[in-house]
Amino acid sequence: MCQRHIDIPYSCSGKIRPARGYRQVIQPMSEPLNLVLFSGTADKLHAAATLVAGAAAMEQPVNILLQYWALDAFRTARADDMLGLAWDAISEGTSRPVHGSKAIPWMETFRMAKELGEVQILACTGSLDVLGIDRSELDPIVDSEAGIAVFLAAAGEGGIPFS
Amino acid sequence: MTATLEELSAMTAAKIVDARGSACPGPLLEAKKSMGTVAIGDTIEIWSTDPGTKSDIGAWSGKVGHEFLGVVPGDGYDRVLVIRRK
Repeated sequence: MCQRHIDIPYSCSGKIRPARGYRQVIQPMSEPLNLVLFSGTADKLHAAATLVAGAAAMEQPVNILLQYWALDAFRTARADDMLGLAWDAISEGTSRPVHGSKAIPWMETFRMAKELGEVQILACTGSLDVLGIDRSELDPIVDSEAGIAVFLAAAGEGGIPFS
Repeated sequence: MTATLEELSAMTAAKIVDARGSACPGPLLEAKKSMGTVAIGDTIEIWSTDPGTKSDIGAWSGKVGHEFLGVVPGDGYDRVLVIRRK
């Protein structure tokens, strides 16, 4: 069935609108995508990984600062674990996006993002200290440990969403 | 360039990326990965059952500078065609 949709670049007439139209409406994204992750539940890591992978594919640089339970989730010992879910994602129906067969595991999505684009993952030194985690315990996907100023300097003028 | 559905259907891609069964962002990531394996000027065709893929690939092509050709509706999936331009 042919559907009309304002964002979909093909029409029911059989004529295909060229991609050039997109160049006019898509804003250039030279500023990095900055994310502070502090939740260690699979639903939030999964959502963050999707966003990061999309940005990497779109050639937008990404800076991630891992704090608290997100940092804990990036320990080698835990990285491929099926982590728990936030309270609002624990019912059978709502956990499907995270546990469904089509979903790529969150860590795998982060790895693909890193492979495809410019993705920097920093471990907050303060959180390492609070949680008693040694840098060597972290998955190799984490680039380095860093203080907040290093992350903010990399973030530039872009906003910094928390998740 | 504006192609008709018939013209698009008749095109031969240098590479077919079968991402059917994969949810967002899977097909986009597969497309990005595969684009690096074909020559500039070659066409790739992404097969996807995710309804968001056709508009996603259009937006991605526009952003990174590839040429989005269009979509051929398949049997339960979309065939999305893009020319590598950089």
